[in-house]
Amino acid sequence: MKVTLRIWRQANANSTGQLVTYPLDGVSEDMSFLEMLDMLNEILTERNEEPVAFDHDCREGICGMCGVVINGVAHGGQHTTTCQLHMRSFSDGAIIDIEPWKAGAFPVIKDLVVDRTAFDRIIQAGGYISANTGSAPDAHATPAPKREADIAFDNATCIGCGACVAACPNGSAMLFTSAKITHLAMLPQGQPERYSRVKSMVAQHDAEGFGGCTNIGECSQVCPKGIPLESISQLNRDLVKSLFKGDGKAS
Amino acid sequence: MAVTGLLLIGFLLMHMFGNFKMLIPDDGKEFNEYSHWLREFGYPALPHKLFLWIFRIVLLSAAVLHIWSAAKLRLRANANAGGKRYRSQKFMEKSYAARTMIWGGILILLFVIIHILQYTAEVLRFGYDNPDRSLAPFDRVLAGFSEWWVVLFYAIAMVAVCMHVLHGFWSAFATLGANASAGARKVLKTLAWIAAALLYVGFMIPPVLILFGVIGR
Ligand code: HEM
Ligand code: SF4
Ligand code: FES
Repeated sequence: MKVTLRIWRQANANSTGQLVTYPLDGVSEDMSFLEMLDMLNEILTERNEEPVAFDHDCREGICGMCGVVINGVAHGGQHTTTCQLHMRSFSDGAIIDIEPWKAGAFPVIKDLVVDRTAFDRIIQAGGYISANTGSAPDAHATPAPKREADIAFDNATCIGCGACVAACPNGSAMLFTSAKITHLAMLPQGQPERYSRVKSMVAQHDAEGFGGCTNIGECSQVCPKGIPLESISQLNRDLVKSLFKGDGKAS
Repeated sequence: MAVTGLLLIGFLLMHMFGNFKMLIPDDGKEFNEYSHWLREFGYPALPHKLFLWIFRIVLLSAAVLHIWSAAKLRLRANANAGGKRYRSQKFMEKSYAARTMIWGGILILLFVIIHILQYTAEVLRFGYDNPDRSLAPFDRVLAGFSEWWVVLFYAIAMVAVCMHVLHGFWSAFATLGANASAGARKVLKTLAWIAAALLYVGFMIPPVLILFGVIGR
């Protein structure tokens, strides 16, 4: 199949970018979206042009590195990651716009690559449990109820890709933050730091410059892992409860 | 945002219910007494209009806090996701009302100012010219809504109000933590539809009936 790509090219964080058109012929519909970009890059390299920079790692939908806005939808709107999107989702002759996540807190590094270390700092602010080292405890020493364990697991599938921020009209990272909060709040191991965690992670979220959540719901629609909006309500419930606890923020 | 918004929706429901007193076929006696009662509530224990002023101050504070939070949210959103982001962003959620809350809010603010200038301050005397303010509340309402363009203006303004409520109602409960499951979300969104539809129909019944002469003298 033949497609026309309009790709965001930006030399570095300080330059302004623009969409550049690249026609591409001989694309197989079995190719993944990233393989299609590989094909373009080979051609560009042979022509001595600068290849398009894009992020990727596992290419199997589990690492969260990949992610671009395709035709105005983060990850292309197929409820999966960009690497798991295939060219059969596009028609022959399609015009495909490819842009990086755009948010003040995610500055573009080059072309389609953005800096997502703001997410790392939110996790560092409290998205962990403190465990003393020693011999491994028995696996069944700390029982977790089935319902809570399932919710924890669903939320633990967040891969930190940042699509929620890219799609949110407020540029809020509440879906990401709430996935981690909900994951740890459901498990016994998460209880000791539960309320200091929510305070510090939300504070870090705000300090990074992400917008506030107004329950629009675009985040959940583009999330490749289907993190539900309910997680944000869980975060809000914990945040309200934390106001009645004196344990402050995590250090 | 959520708490003040729900307070304002509560006021709207009370206001709508109060307006229904116009439907009583007694030449506006009940309605005028109600308007009078709002000013004299608690008298003689409380001074004239004290209750009304307390009520107004609470409402005004709610509105001011609501607008202040909205401005803060908007500034943060613009700082992180302002301007044109994508060549043509496609939205996956049926979120028109949600994405236009700020514009709906601004329209409502303008409407409320005009509305208060019309009925409370009597600066805008649509449909009558009686600068000495001697006309009873019921007759002022009759005069205003006998003009088709006043009714049309209210009908349009109420669309802004109800769109705002349509998203605001469910969103407020979600912020307060009530969006606990997919089922709960469905219930909240259905309630929001009901609240918005009820407010639209309820507020528009008196003006439309007046325009068509069903309510009158
Ligand atoms: C078509 C629908 C509406 C009608 C027929 C209506 C009618 C009235 C009337 C007759 C008054 C004066 C009451 C009196 O003097 O005792 C009034 C006051 C007021 N209305 Fe409305 N109204 C409508 C919709 C709204 C909406 C949607 C809002 C808010 C968003 C609103 C906010 C107010 C406020 C703030 C006051 C002033 C209360 C005060 O005296 O301090 N109204 N309305
Ligand atoms: S919540 Fe979903 S969209 Fe957001 S970072 Fe996690 S996996 Fe990506
Ligand atoms: S490359 Fe790992 S999720 Fe796409």
